[in-house]
This record gives sequence, C-alpha cells and structure tokens, in this order.
Amino acid sequence: MKSPESSIEPVKTHCPYCALQCGMTLTPGAPVVVGPRDDVPANAGGALCQKGWTAAELLTHRDRLTTPLLHGEPASWGEALDYVAGRLRALRAEHGPDSVAVFGGGGLTNEKAYQLGKFARVALGTSQIDYNGRFCMSSAAAASIRAFGMDRGLPFPVTDLAQAEVVLMAGANVAETMPPFVRHLPRLIVIDPRRTATARLAWLHLQPAPGTDLALALGLLHLVIAEGLLDKGYIAERTTGFEAVRTSLASWWPERVERVTGVPVARMRQAVHALAGAAKAVVLTGRGVEQHAKGTDTVTAFINLALALGLPGRPGSGYGCLTGQGNGQGGREHGQKADQLPGYRKIDDPAAREHVAAVWGVRPEDLPGPGRSAYELLQALGTPEGPRALLLFGSNPVVSAPRSLAVAERLRSLDLLVVSDLVMSETAALADVVLPTTQWAEETGTMTNLEGRVLLRRKAAEPPPGVRSDLQIIQGLAVRLGHRFAAEPREVFDELRRASAGGIADYSGITYERIEAETGVFWPCPSPGHPGTPRPFLDSFATPDGRARFVPVEHRAPAEETSEDYPVYLTTGRVLAQYQSGAQTRRIGPLVEAAPESFVELHPSLAAHLEIDAGDRVRVTSRRGSAEGVARITDAIRPDTVFMPFHWEGANRLTNPALDPTSRMPEFKVCAVRLEAVR
Amino acid sequence: MRIVVVGNGMAGSRFVSEVRARSKEARITVFGAEPWQPYNRVLLSNVLAGSSGPDQVRLLDPAWYAEHGVRAVLGCRVEQIDRDTQAVITEDGRREPYDVLVLATGSDPIVPPIPGVERAVPFRTLDDCRRILAAAENGSRAVVVGGGLLGVEAARGLAGRGLPVTLLHLAGHLMERQLDPEAGLVLSETLAGLGIEVRTGVQVSEVLPAGVRLAGGEVVGGDLVVLACGVRPVTALAAQAGLEVRQGVVVDDEMRTDDPSIFAIGECAEHDGTVYGLVAPAWEQAEVAATVITGGKALYRGSRLVTRLKARSVELAAMGETHLTEEQAEVVRFSHRARGTYRKLVIRDGRLVGAILLGESDVVGTLTHLFDRGGPLPGDRADLLFPGLAGRAVADSPVRMPDSAKVCHCNNVTKGQIRACWEAGARDVAGVAAATRATTGCGTCKDAVEGIVGWLCEQEGVSA
Repeated sequence: MKSPESSIEPVKTHCPYCALQCGMTLTPGAPVVVGPRDDVPANAGGALCQKGWTAAELLTHRDRLTTPLLHGEPASWGEALDYVAGRLRALRAEHGPDSVAVFGGGGLTNEKAYQLGKFARVALGTSQIDYNGRFCMSSAAAASIRAFGMDRGLPFPVTDLAQAEVVLMAGANVAETMPPFVRHLPRLIVIDPRRTATARLAWLHLQPAPGTDLALALGLLHLVIAEGLLDKGYIAERTTGFEAVRTSLASWWPERVERVTGVPVARMRQAVHALAGAAKAVVLTGRGVEQHAKGTDTVTAFINLALALGLPGRPGSGYGCLTGQGNGQGGREHGQKADQLPGYRKIDDPAAREHVAAVWGVRPEDLPGPGRSAYELLQALGTPEGPRALLLFGSNPVVSAPRSLAVAERLRSLDLLVVSDLVMSETAALADVVLPTTQWAEETGTMTNLEGRVLLRRKAAEPPPGVRSDLQIIQGLAVRLGHRFAAEPREVFDELRRASAGGIADYSGITYERIEAETGVFWPCPSPGHPGTPRPFLDSFATPDGRARFVPVEHRAPAEETSEDYPVYLTTGRVLAQYQSGAQTRRIGPLVEAAPESFVELHPSLAAHLEIDAGDRVRVTSRRGSAEGVARITDAIRPDTVFMPFHWEGANRLTNPALDPTSRMPEFKVCAVRLEAVR
Repeated sequence: MRIVVVGNGMAGSRFVSEVRARSKEARITVFGAEPWQPYNRVLLSNVLAGSSGPDQVRLLDPAWYAEHGVRAVLGCRVEQIDRDTQAVITEDGRREPYDVLVLATGSDPIVPPIPGVERAVPFRTLDDCRRILAAAENGSRAVVVGGGLLGVEAARGLAGRGLPVTLLHLAGHLMERQLDPEAGLVLSETLAGLGIEVRTGVQVSEVLPAGVRLAGGEVVGGDLVVLACGVRPVTALAAQAGLEVRQGVVVDDEMRTDDPSIFAIGECAEHDGTVYGLVAPAWEQAEVAATVITGGKALYRGSRLVTRLKARSVELAAMGETHLTEEQAEVVRFSHRARGTYRKLVIRDGRLVGAILLGESDVVGTLTHLFDRGGPLPGDRADLLFPGLAGRAVADSPVRMPDSAKVCHCNNVTKGQIRACWEAGARDVAGVAAATRATTGCGTCKDAVEGIVGWLCEQEGVSA
C-alpha cells in the first residue's frame, strides 16, 4: 500500500494566463504547489514569470465565489438555473431568439468555447454571440486570412524563432506580457511608441507616434523596393498582387513616412537592411499595431513587408502574430465568434452550415446567421433593437471594453444579466445572477497556444464545494431549455473534433492521449494517423491558388486626433504582474505588491509643462470619460503621448470605440486626452 | 457633375483620387501634358541616384482609370478655357465642357536666357531624368547649375554614379532659402567629401559644348550640364482666361479662384501670398478642393514647410523659420564641422518654429513632430538636440545599486532580496533562482544576478 505522500504526484499542466501556455506542474495539497516543467518547448528549461509562479494562490482565495447569487442573495443551483432558464424562455417567447445574447472569452478552453457557440445557436437559437477575442486577435486574424487564407498565430513552432537572425516585432511587449518568450528571440528590432522593457532588449528600436505604424510599415516596404532588396523569385513563385502594392508605395517615400511617424529615415534603412541581410528573419505583430480602427490594414502592411522579403512559408522565417489570451487561438476557431462555426468555418457558408448542423443534429436552415461583433453587441444591449438578456462567460467588459462607462450603462439596462465567474468581477457585480465557476486547475480541457499547438490542461485540484464548471452550467441551462448537452470535457472535445473535421482548423485527429504523448499537436490534424502541422505554409498557402496575396493598403490618421482641448495621445497596454482585466491577478498578494495600482506614464517635458510631479494623482480625460492614476515620469515615452495600463477599471473609460471596418476591432491603442494633477 | 482637371502631376492625380474616394458619381476627365501615368516627381532624385527605378515612381496603375471610371486624356495640352460656355479647348481642338474646372498645371523649370542654354538639360520631368541619365552614362564630368534643394539632390545623385560634379550656385551659400550661411557651408563641406566641388556666388553666363562659362570668363568643364535654377508656376492658361494671377493663380481658403467654378491647386496656385513648391502642401490643397467640390466643408490655412533632402550620406532637414536671429527668437545651436554636423533650433513663445538638422541624428522625427503639431519643449533645450543626456543614469554597478533596485522584473526581485538570499547561504545564480525565482522569467537579468552574487562573494573575501 502506498503511503499518502507518495500518492501525491505532480500533475503536468499549463499556466492559466497568457497564450504562451508555459508548462508547469501542480502538486496537489494545501497549498497546491507550482513547479516548472521543462518538457514544453514554449518555456523550455522551466521558465515561468511571477504570474505563473503565483497562479495557485487564487485556488483557495477568500474572494472565491462558492454559491450562486440571485439578485445578490445566495441561492441554490436549482433556483438559480431555473430562474435563468425561465427568464430566457419568457424573453424569447416575447421578443424572439435574438433577444438573448452570449458573450465569451479567449481564456475559455476549446471545449467551453465550442459549447458556448453550440449553446447559442442550438439551445438559444440566437445569432447574438461574440467574445472578448474580438478586442484581441481579430485584426491579425482578418489580415492573415486575407493574405494566407488561414489564421494560425504563429504558423511555425516558437522554437523556430531562435533559428532566425533577426526578428522584427511590431507592437508587442513580450518582456512583460510573456517573459519566457524572450528566451526564444534572436537579434530584435522593436516598433513601439514606448521604450518598453522589450524595446530595451532590442538591437534597434523604432519609436513611431501612436497610430502611425501603418505608415511606418509602408515606408519600410518602400525602402525594401528602393534599395533593391526584394526577393523577386519568391514573389514570382509564391505570391500574387505585388504590382498593385508597388504602385501604392510610390506615395510613401521614407522622408514622408518620417514626417508622419517621427521615425528617422536612417533607422528605417537600418531596419530593412538587417531584415533583408538575414538568412532567416521573422516579422511579428502584436496588439500595439492591431488594436486600431485600421488594425487589419496595418497587419496587412507588415505581411506585405514579410512577403516582399520572401519570409512566410520558409523554415526559420515567416510572419506571425502574438496571440494574447491563454486560449486566444483556440477561442477564435470554434464558434464563439459572431460569424463563425467550429473548425474556423464561416457561418454564411452553406457547406459549413450543413456539416455542423449534421453534427449537432439540427437542420442547417435552423442555424442562425452572423450576429453583431463584440462592441456592437455590447452597445446594442438593452436598446429597442438589441438583446435584453446577456449570458457572460470568462470576460469582464466593464474593465476591458472600450468606452467602458457606456458599456456598463448598457449592461445595467438589461432585463437579465447572467455572469459566470470565479470571483466578483466588476461585471459580475452588475449581474442579476452570478454563477460561481471552476478555474483552470480544477477542471480538464484543451487550450491551443500561440503556435497553434493543442495542449491539455489537466485537473489538479478539487473545486471548492458549491462550484460548477462552465460546461456543467451550460448543460444545466440546456436541459432546462429542452436540449441534451455533454458536460464532460472529453466528450465535448470528441464532438468538437467531429464538428471541426474538414474545416480549416481541423482537430479531428487530435485526442487527449495524443496530446499527452506528443506534448501537444499542431492543427490542422485531419486524421488519427496525421502527424499534425507545425509549419502549414512550407509548400503552399491556404488560398485557392496556393499563393499568398499582396493587398495594397493606405495609411490614415487615428480616428481621433489630438486637438486644443485634448492635446495628448493616450495609449494603453499591460504590465508584467497583471493579466487582462485583473480579476485574477489583482487578488494575488505578490502581484499586487509588484503592481499595486493604475498609473499614468508621461514624459518629463510634458510633466513639467503640466506641473505634474512623480507620484501625483493625475486625472486623464477623453471625450468619453475620466480616469485617474499615479504619475510616473519617464523619458521612455514620447512627449506627445501618455500611457495607462488597462488592468484596472478606468483606462477603458477613455478609449475610443471606433471600429476597424473589416475586423470590428476597437481603437484601444490611440485616442486624444488631456491631463491635470488632482490636488 | 462634370469635373475637368488640367494637369496630371502630383497635385492633379492626387485630387482625382481624393474625389473618387468621396464620390462615385462625379464624371471626371483629366488632361495630362505628359504622355504617361502620373508619377511621383519627388522620387526623380532617387531615380537619378539609382536608388529607385523609373518603374517605382508610378502613382497609379494604368488600369486604375478604367476601374474607377475616370477619363484620362494623356499627352494632350489644354490651350484655352472658355469661361462663358464652361469648356476647355485642347491643342487638337477638342472641347470638353465642365461644371467644375480644376487647374493643376504645376510649374515649368526656369531656364536662364543665356547663350547655349539649349545644350543644358533641365531637371524636372521623368523625360528630363532619362536624358540626364543617358548623358551621364557616357559623360566624364557634370556641371549642375543651381544649388537649391533639387540641384543638391541632382549633384549628389550624379556623384553617386561615379561622375565628378561641379555644383554652381549664384547665392552666397547653398539652399539659402532653407539654410543659414553656416549650415550652407557645412553642407558644402559634406558634399565635397562625396566628390562634389561646390562654387557659390558664381553666375553662369554661357553654356558651352563642354562646360559653362562663368560671368568672370572662367570656364568650368563638363560634358553634361544640368539646370536646377528653380521653377515658375504655369499660369498662362488662367491669365488668358482672365482669372486673377499674381505669382500664381490666386485662390481663397477653399482653393477657389475668382471664378467660383474654377479651382487651382499645387504649384500653380497662390494662397495667401504664397506659392508652395513642395508636395505636402499640394496634397493638402488637393484634399481641401476635393472635399469642397464633393459638397463637404474644408478650409486650407497654409502649410508648415519641412524640407528634407533626399541624398545618400547627406542627412538634412530644414523646417520653418530658420533665418530668425537671437533678437527675434530663442536660438539653440550646435556646430561640429569636422563631423558635418550642424543643428539649430528656433523657438518662439515656447514653441519650435524652425530647425536645421544637418548630419545624422535621431531627433529629426521628434523635432518634425514638435514643429508640425506643437507641444511642450523641455526646460533644458539641450534635451531637444541630445535627448536623454541629462537624465540617463550611468550603468548600474552592484555597488552603487540601492537595495530597493529591481533586478529581476519578471519575478519582482530586488537587490536587497538577492543580498538576503546570499546571506542565507546562496552562493550562485541557481541558489538565488531557487530561493527568489530571479532569472526564471525572461532570463535577461542573469548577468546582473551573477554580478551581484559575485560582488557579494568578493566583499566576503575582503572582509574575511
């Protein structure tokens, strides 16, 4: 008989936070202990950042919700679910199926994301479902699909980066957002309006004004052409559409770009020569260039640059976007997006509808069509044309949506707001019904990381009594609405595999056993015998003719320019010790100690002009609201720009919900503000 | 609405695209004197220098006109405007009626009336560029007449092709409109280092078969003579039609001439007493005119001028009021002729109103933005020319670092914590990592941790 000690085996799993999904072990017990895991390539050698090391602290946190709340009062699960189902039935009967909306998140497992999409379309019959990944990956996704016919964040394993000689990273601060990622990087060129922790590691830092990355990318490509650095053979063999791009670039000569962006021509020239001179090179984009009303075109411009240099689809080279949320990749593949069905299928494609309807046992014509995108959905809540009820999983829009005061107002105007969360988030605090749910270590499920590698997170701890998983919650509601839904993750995953079969993101050959045995499997993986696809573009791209598409794009100014009343740009971003809306990380002692409060980063010249001293409380005001933070004075930021982190409620009161016409991404990364010291 | 555009250069072609972006309905006809698609004149210097091919200057694809429903009549001059019947008449007698007429006739190069001038090639069009390049191919020495922006770029381009160049300039120093005398001198010295002999204060009196004769009689040899003596707005068409013309065709803030159905934009237009010779104002004017003509509201209030030389190994930016003196404004200057560096800032009312930046510098972008958009200037003006000089800390050594200094950002570990951990017995990075998790994130603090541990061990050795 085993002793109690020896039966406690560390469980191999992954971190609850970002898309790098570092491998970690959890040793059950009180407390659960986090250990490094060195068999996962993303964090080879067992690297973890402070968020990962301290992740287990939330498992037993005193703020955990352990009982459903009905209008603020504790209720039994039966009461809560009966109430919700009753209200949903009544609203649908009176106002039709689209009166009920669903909002998901990029942190949810593939199983949950899939099940939410199915629940919305089948059990609720609503078209009104979208998720917070719209605020995250949609611009990069749209641009990748336009160029390559497929969107897989990194179309190569993360370990390929170390083979490159140069990486150009536009709008990403990985040294703070996913620190172990830094270990994969070779010589680095960083594009960022701030001299971030990542920019400090760079060989070359280009520091454009906020909202001008697109012009910078056009200038870089102009120089590639002018300096004779084109990969003409590659362009001829593997791409289409270059001539139109060449013509469009005649208007973007480097000196003009310098005037628009503030980046010296000499530095642009240095960057393109480093990229073109490298035997292998990679172009990466992040939210900094993507979260704009022109984000899709900006990413397209960087993809054009990569194509002109002949990078995508060559081993050790390429273009990739850095997915943010833990399951930001899988979360955008399986149907919680307004226009999408599982397997990265389009909901308006008749063949896709037929396939998925057959898996779901419904008629294709009964599936709703595309619904509103995330911000448009939030904006419509409680309006005469919009939904009257919202079910929200794995998201906290009161903190994370743009123009958040107005979004909170919309949420308050609903007939019914149901929030599933671990803790009383700012959004849960507005809910009629709060459902306490399990968290990462208390349930099993798959995550698809930034490489497109499907990973298995294993259950390592029992949830607190009274808590249910999202899958159980969805099942409980579905049953009450007359539908049978599985709640076991493996059962749901097997259904997801069938639903994704034949789609772009085909998971049909992936099983929990294979993931375990192979430390993850890259999609597409169309059959059990298929090895998975680490590098999907080596032979051809996922376009009808197999060639990547150049698309001409034009720079335009930010949706909101500075003015006399709002003379300074605001840009927003992350800090190392916090994650997303902070619902998790703002409750963990060491992380709060490292990053206790919101702040406003500003340049010494601006601070002197406004008579603001370091440590002063500063009020920042845009056309949409005001927020406060502590002044941090640093020359790491441009004098015309201030920075606020978005992990605390406040920064997004200011941000501009101008949407990208293609991706419907809001313009989080630039708006006009004024500042004053609060005395 | 029938819109007729005379001129298919930088301003005219921009206007056409701007109108089409705003209105699918307007019927647009554009006349171009040159027989090809519009091209980017700004890039001709690069073509001369060989850093752009002639195929890289095209602004619109040939298919663009058909795809966008625009009628382009290329290689055809407009001879006359009949304002009574609202029509233009071309050199081949064709009549094109308009509801709105836009003049974007640009400028002609100034050709000095001196004997033999027909032997010289002006530098203005793509055709000129081709002629110069053909002559340079077999040439052994070039003379460029005119040391303004374009002349300097042409001289640099030809010198870059291995041709010795003499650059002749009438005024006392190069680019005298943009530069003060010292900057002009530094520029001359920089050019000299690139194989260009600069002669200022000289007048050319005759173009010879193999060179030019100066006013004093001296002959400067060269088998290729390029003229860059400035430009003159093309206004004859407007003047003939009775529109108000001074230096250029006079327009109001909507870019409208004194005939409400006729507009003028670009280098042929005169706004508030100024004729602009750069592309940025022309494009701003094109946008204003397109907005107004398609029923929107827009006003042109003049442009801030930034001149940026495009010449390899010669970094030069000049903006705004560079000629103001200490009596008129606050002037900040740094000069280092041995390195080809000259920087000058002109500040008035706490605002950057002018600057000259000669020699490579990372501040050119920041200063251009401050000049264009305003914004607070640092109290110590030197920060503008040498940013970060004042506040930058010296490299942190373990000795000078305070205990509160963060060493590992990924795991929020301070020097004090590393010291505590050393005091508890850790003697290497692995020991510190096990206790504090320092170095286990991005890994870039490994050297720093090593340094601190090493220093602590050394201290121990010293005290023992």
